[in-house]
Amino acid sequence: MASALINVPRRAKRGDIVELRALTSHIMETGYRRTAAGEVIPRDIITSFTCRYNGREIFRADLFPAISANPYLSFFTTATESGTFAFEWIGDNGFSQTASAAITVE
Amino acid sequence: MSGNRQSTRRIFLKAASSAAVTGTVYRVMLQPLHATPATLNSAIRNLVGEAPLRTGRVKLDIPPLVENGNTVPMTVSVTSPMTVDDYVRSIHVFNEKNPQPHIGNFHLGPAAGRAQVSTRIRLADSQKVVAVAQMSDGSFWSASVDVVVTLAACTEEL
Repeated sequence: MASALINVPRRAKRGDIVELRALTSHIMETGYRRTAAGEVIPRDIITSFTCRYNGREIFRADLFPAISANPYLSFFTTATESGTFAFEWIGDNGFSQTASAAITVE
Repeated sequence: MSGNRQSTRRIFLKAASSAAVTGTVYRVMLQPLHATPATLNSAIRNLVGEAPLRTGRVKLDIPPLVENGNTVPMTVSVTSPMTVDDYVRSIHVFNEKNPQPHIGNFHLGPAAGRAQVSTRIRLADSQKVVAVAQMSDGSFWSASVDVVVTLAACTEEL
């Protein structure tokens, strides 16, 4: 089964801009490839990624087949308070995955 | 005499226009699975609407020469103070020759602090990649990069 790797700084000073990185294992099958027999391989991709900081959405991405397998995303946010970052991936065929990481803000 | 000449001209024009039509049909049939500069432009138009699309403020980092089109590192950054009054609302990345013109849409807000996104993308051919940023004031800014790909994505069979 798919697994997620996330990278969030454990502690930060209030007001610091921190980088968040997220990677999940997923084939990201484009739906444009064919088998040797000529049949189209059906699309199976992650279509949406969301990151919430203490429940508030801070980053969202719509993904297309042009995103590589095992999609990697890096983005930034301002550390304002201690709490959790919740990551969510949603995709074709009912794919859904979540992960979270805590940050302490001083 | 002159009437005769006109009719020759008419016949020629008719033949030329029908050749042009068949030529177009032929080309469409040849590349049914590829985005074209026209679909790239219409995808960007769909996003931007009637607003002017200006060049600048956006920086699109992709290696100009890519060996493997299956994973191409890409970073888009936008010059913006990222305050509540002036921030980047979203970043959209498009391509010219993949089966679809879209690569990804990234929605940010003033909380981001820095308007920068990195990911890894697929490129089916050597082509132009365009990043468009929508600002909180509704203006659109863009940057484009021409990428040469030696091993294309999406072409291999299983």
